[in-house]
Amino acid sequence: MDLHFGDSLPTDEERAAVDALLGPPDSSWEGADRSDADLRWARGGRRARDRRDLLLPGLHAINDRIGWISEGALGHLCRRLTVPPAEAYGVATFYAMFSVRPRPATVLHLCTDLACAAAGASELCAGVAARLGPDSGVQVERGPCLGLCERAPAALAVRAGDPVRTAVAAPATVEEAVRAADAPDSAPEEPPVATAVPQAGREGLVLLGRVGVVDPASLDDYRAHGGYTALRRAFALGPAGVIREVTDSGLVGRGGAAFPTGRKWQATASQPDHPHHLVCNADESEPGTFKDRVLMEGDPYALVEAMTIAGYATGAHQGHLYLRGEYPRALRRLEHAIAQARARGFLGDDVLGRGYAFDIEIRRGAGAYICGEETALFNSIEGYRGEPRSKPPFPVEKGLFGKPTVENNVETLVNVLPILTMGAPAYAAIGTEGSTGPKLYCVSGSVARPGVYELPFGATLGELLRLAGVRDGLRAVLLGGAAGGFVRPDELDIPLTFEGTREAGTTLGSGVVMAFDDSVPLPRLLLRIAEFFREESCGQCVPCRVGTVRQEEALRRITERTGAAAAGDIALLREIGRAMRDASICGLGQTAWNAVESAIDRLGAYT
Amino acid sequence: MTVTPLGIPRRLLEFTIDGEPARVPEGSTVLDACRAAGKDIPTLCQGDTLRPKNACRVCVVEVEGARTLVPACSRRAEPGMVVRTGTERARHSRKIVLELLASSVDLSTTPRAAEWIKEYGAKPDRFGPGAARLNEEPKVDNDLYVRDYGKCILCYKCVDACGDQWQNTFAISVVGRGFDARIAVEQDAPLTDSACVYCGNCVEVCPTGALSPRTEFDMRAAGTWDASRQTETSTVCAYCGVGCTLTLHVQDNEIVKVTSPHDNPVTHGNLCIKGRFGYQHVQNRG
Amino acid sequence: MRKRQPKTYTRLTRPLVRDSRDEPLRQASWEEALDRAARGLARHRDAFGVFSCARATNETNYVAQKFARVVMGTNNVDSCNRTCHAPSVAGLSAVFGSGGGTSSYEEIEHTDVIVMWGSNARFAHPIFFQHVLKGIRGGARMYAVDPRRTSTAQWAESWLGLNVGTDIPMAHAIGREIIRAGLADEAFVERATTGFEEYRELVEPWTLSLAEKVTGVPARAIQELAHAYARAERAQLSWTLGITEHHNGTDNVRALINLALLTGHIGRYGSGLQPLRGQNNVQGGGDMGAIPNRLPGFQDLLDADVRLKFESAWDTVIRPHYGLNLTEMFEAMEDGGLRAVYCIGENPAQSEADSEQAVRRLRALDFLVVQDIFLTRTAELAHVVLPATAGWAETEGTTTNSERRVQRVRRALTPPGEAREDIDIICELAARLGHDWKYADAEAVWNELRSVSPDHYGMTYARLEEHQGIQWPCPGTDRLEPAYLHGRLWEPDPQRRGMPAPFGLVRHDPPVDLTDEEYPIRLTTGRRLDSYNTGVQSGGFASPLRRGEYVELCPEDAERYGVVVGEAVRVSSRRGSVVAPVWIDTALRPGLAFMTMHFPDEVDTNQLTIEANCPIAGTAEFKASAIRIEKLPAVTYVR
Repeated sequence: MDLHFGDSLPTDEERAAVDALLGPPDSSWEGADRSDADLRWARGGRRARDRRDLLLPGLHAINDRIGWISEGALGHLCRRLTVPPAEAYGVATFYAMFSVRPRPATVLHLCTDLACAAAGASELCAGVAARLGPDSGVQVERGPCLGLCERAPAALAVRAGDPVRTAVAAPATVEEAVRAADAPDSAPEEPPVATAVPQAGREGLVLLGRVGVVDPASLDDYRAHGGYTALRRAFALGPAGVIREVTDSGLVGRGGAAFPTGRKWQATASQPDHPHHLVCNADESEPGTFKDRVLMEGDPYALVEAMTIAGYATGAHQGHLYLRGEYPRALRRLEHAIAQARARGFLGDDVLGRGYAFDIEIRRGAGAYICGEETALFNSIEGYRGEPRSKPPFPVEKGLFGKPTVENNVETLVNVLPILTMGAPAYAAIGTEGSTGPKLYCVSGSVARPGVYELPFGATLGELLRLAGVRDGLRAVLLGGAAGGFVRPDELDIPLTFEGTREAGTTLGSGVVMAFDDSVPLPRLLLRIAEFFREESCGQCVPCRVGTVRQEEALRRITERTGAAAAGDIALLREIGRAMRDASICGLGQTAWNAVESAIDRLGAYT
Repeated sequence: MTVTPLGIPRRLLEFTIDGEPARVPEGSTVLDACRAAGKDIPTLCQGDTLRPKNACRVCVVEVEGARTLVPACSRRAEPGMVVRTGTERARHSRKIVLELLASSVDLSTTPRAAEWIKEYGAKPDRFGPGAARLNEEPKVDNDLYVRDYGKCILCYKCVDACGDQWQNTFAISVVGRGFDARIAVEQDAPLTDSACVYCGNCVEVCPTGALSPRTEFDMRAAGTWDASRQTETSTVCAYCGVGCTLTLHVQDNEIVKVTSPHDNPVTHGNLCIKGRFGYQHVQNRG
Repeated sequence: MRKRQPKTYTRLTRPLVRDSRDEPLRQASWEEALDRAARGLARHRDAFGVFSCARATNETNYVAQKFARVVMGTNNVDSCNRTCHAPSVAGLSAVFGSGGGTSSYEEIEHTDVIVMWGSNARFAHPIFFQHVLKGIRGGARMYAVDPRRTSTAQWAESWLGLNVGTDIPMAHAIGREIIRAGLADEAFVERATTGFEEYRELVEPWTLSLAEKVTGVPARAIQELAHAYARAERAQLSWTLGITEHHNGTDNVRALINLALLTGHIGRYGSGLQPLRGQNNVQGGGDMGAIPNRLPGFQDLLDADVRLKFESAWDTVIRPHYGLNLTEMFEAMEDGGLRAVYCIGENPAQSEADSEQAVRRLRALDFLVVQDIFLTRTAELAHVVLPATAGWAETEGTTTNSERRVQRVRRALTPPGEAREDIDIICELAARLGHDWKYADAEAVWNELRSVSPDHYGMTYARLEEHQGIQWPCPGTDRLEPAYLHGRLWEPDPQRRGMPAPFGLVRHDPPVDLTDEEYPIRLTTGRRLDSYNTGVQSGGFASPLRRGEYVELCPEDAERYGVVVGEAVRVSSRRGSVVAPVWIDTALRPGLAFMTMHFPDEVDTNQLTIEANCPIAGTAEFKASAIRIEKLPAVTYVR
């Protein structure tokens, strides 16, 4: 491609960061010094253009090392990858974790989303801001959910360098947050993941059984606790057999859409076009959701094994694990687990000596809720802006790199292990007829024991909340996160099943259960939800891009109003909400009005 | 010997639009079929030389069995599909889309926008005086064309025309996210510091007048632009031997704009800097 | 960076005449100007030539050549296709009997391998390159052969940066490698070509390692290109002036055609040869007979039957020998063989190689009529200047593009002042010289052409409108032919297969202007994206890309000479010397410099180029001069 580069050059540090990822450049045309040979023969074309998917890792490499992405650094990366600088700029500016303007090496992310807001995030922000002024060498950024809701309020410090350093402070005091930013290396170690699982160690846990029990770094410990029996069983069953088991188990997707997993696998496996891809959606960004983080931190090999099985069943030889950028501990543990599995022959050209080749590559997100949408995630991996694609064609037909792709989230995949070890009938016997198996719930907010809970489908909301120690003065429960809906305290007998919540006119979503008492005014919560969607809208389609703005504006107008004074804006919100739901491209816009609508209709907000 | 391929023969498929049977070649979009059936469905981001982007959502229709409305411009017709174009639900979304756009963007030069706003009963003012708008100043940084992003509906057509669908120059991209997303060159620089080659193929596909030739921009500013007094004459470019068809837009014996027919086998509506902007020499009349 | 405009020209609105050689041009009435022109031409019937215009319509070219042949009784008619693509026409017609590119733009979207040889189409033919890009996006692999790593080359799978003027060694080495690797299409070679054995012997010495030595390109790169081209099911070979603007341009073209013959990449959909024309009607000018050896419809003037047809159609006698081409006409000015010229829309004073010599020769003419829309440098030398209309915006007619597509041009503007259409003017002159031609309009001219050119017969104006242009051949009014040429070569029946295609037995001959210690730098020339030829047209608009003329050097040479961007240097060849600012371009390598002809009023690059002409086609070696760069004693910067 005939790319145009400005005059800005990369610093040695920036060049080193990129070259550490990509290796030294092949020729002067890609950034090396000019040689006589380069001036006689240049290779390029398809091969050069086919490395676009390294753009996002390249941006991370620069951002991790320097803290921001300068024009010279971006130009060097583009030269290395044959990517037009304007497009790379469009990609870099898409993600909240990147900056194309100079900023300090240390960024302190403070969560201001629902659980943290309820736990005093605004006081934390104010306190930190007072301590870390413009000259502190720390950039303080208030942002969306960090997936640490069980330890709200949460702070994440990232200090660029070689290597990049991170520190989590949660629950964070001002002092702890500032210390994490000032000295991430010496910040106290995060508490063990088991603290996020109040049931940890209990008998009978199917999905969380190993969390807090096994050493998440040890492959042998994983195997000692039943690891890799499911894969062995999968090889015995063959791909079609695995798909049959998964189909018969009744497993449906746990990301929110509840699509039958077996059908998805079958549809992908039967595609004549090759190669097939497996994508694990670990971009857990729904405010209030942190179960995937807990699974990945506490039982990383389970995900590696489950992905291997899914790949085997659907005919994929490459697995892509798209991990939230804000999950440093999960990243470290998974990187380690994948390396161990590879070293021991559980990944690679010949998995378990059965002639099946499979490997997993981790791709880090960079701060974009929308990338949890399955097709936006493909675009993000491919090095484009994380904008959803229109469907059809569906991913099973044209997904990642335009090839048949099966995409499942972490919890869904991990369910495959018990399905194979206990067999489909036994698995299907758990839960209800319409919702089989165990389910994870992320309980946070006004409860004594926030964390991830595992219950068979069919338990009621009240049972779950009692387990978590719901506090007095319950005002509302948000099910399914920002994209979900509120229910009243008198609705706690709603059975937690797909059919049960549907019947009750609400949603299970991704398993968020957030309890609110009277301490936070509802209009403030709704405004925060609206702000979240406005900030996270990718901007591609009009109903969502402008609709989320108009929704926030209307909610801001009526923050302090009720009754007739709010009626006009509520009518307007309904009209906008209906169009967003009907006409947006993807689930983000389609659900951006759900929580607000439920608050008005179910909780009687603004009356 | 190889003969000229005539293309794979396309089957016809049958489905229903507003209760009437429709027959279209396989691969047609719902919009193709609707237009063939004489339905006037509004479109903004749809371009006849570009792959459907379905970003504006003003063309949504109702398809039986679909949870949400369906963009007519990109959805392929399927056998047995039952499409309704004028339901209250579809018209509601179109109205809201028009209101959302008209309340945030200057649609004064968007063909048919005013007509549709009237037809759908859209009231862009009802979001109140505080409703956020784009409020971008026109970027006049070169003599050939102007970027007035206060009129931009973010339809992506300019990006697609500049990118892999035609020009492959990739001078522009969507930058930022959400309501703050804008079309920009790298580093938000002036056009003159960018990869732009001034082919103007972005101007050709812009549906709102956000991109316009400098001549048109200046004449509109001066109040002298009058499309009703313009003639359009197709001829062939005099630069190089490729033979691109130019459509000369002439007002008062002056060329005021150059376009190219979108169905032309040589250009498909695209030109280069010389063809689109290099006409001044004939009217240096002393 | 400079942001200044080159010289802008204003339109001619009144005829101009010169009362004597030393007096300036003055305004005159049409009557006076036409009378003078007619008288002047009449005096030189035996030493006369027409420079017809590669930018004017087919109809104008048709009438212009008819003027030369019927009114003036000479075949001395030619146009600036001589300065660019005559070698393509000569090469293609020698092999296939027809001088057009064999493929259509659309086909390149559906081919497997594309070779762009000596062509920076990304800049010079941007919309053609969009078709190439469609092909690349669709999976085709493109190879670029060019001394510079141009914008075009940057899209290639593989760019081969050969030494200027070593195209034949490169082509022969590719041919040898194809034969050696058993990749030649033996069935096609056997059935549809002649001279293969001789060709094989000819290329045998061109081993990959010898080619590497001569061209400077690694053997492996040449081998890879050879295999890619030969193994492709479909392949397109496209070239531009990097092939033709050499002293042996026709040989270069033949060397490339050989590769298509060897592999059967000709006469099939998606496989063919595509020379890209530099001007809007270079193809049409030749098709219309505005060349010294062909009558309209590209029919050979030496064919007695063809002559007879035209003689009866035109009621005249056509001289049975070829006329002088443009280059020969210029040479004939030197020895008095050519004393008067009717120059329609050309600017040879600036477009010819060794422009100083060209101006001297034009100035020495007894009588020069120039018909143009501007007072060009050539028009300034004329005795009579006739203001014409702009072919593309002020006249009706047709032009023919590089894929042989005849398309309508139309009148969109009223011409300024008293400017008149070319055909009107020519007919007025013809009338004054005793030939009263009656053409109601351009369509009437076109219909006359259709009646004498079978290849154009089927193209009525109505059909041209309906189909947005039609490609020749189009013999019937009720059907369209395949868009590619020479499918006949694949016919099993020898009768229908027709004349086999001969391999061209051409030998390497390095550039005439050798580099040495005194002139160590190879200067090559080309186009930029936003400018065109001598800049008379493109100078009229304010391109943000334009920065004026520079001598472009590689970073290493700039460092060696101690010069920086914008610094003025003296550039000298064995013929002349200019001062130009420096630009640094990484696409160049040590010893290779680049300039354009776009700003002759600023930097007259053609003072440097050599008038070493292709003996077959007459095209000059614009692509290879030897120069030296000198730092000026007082450093000045051009900004």
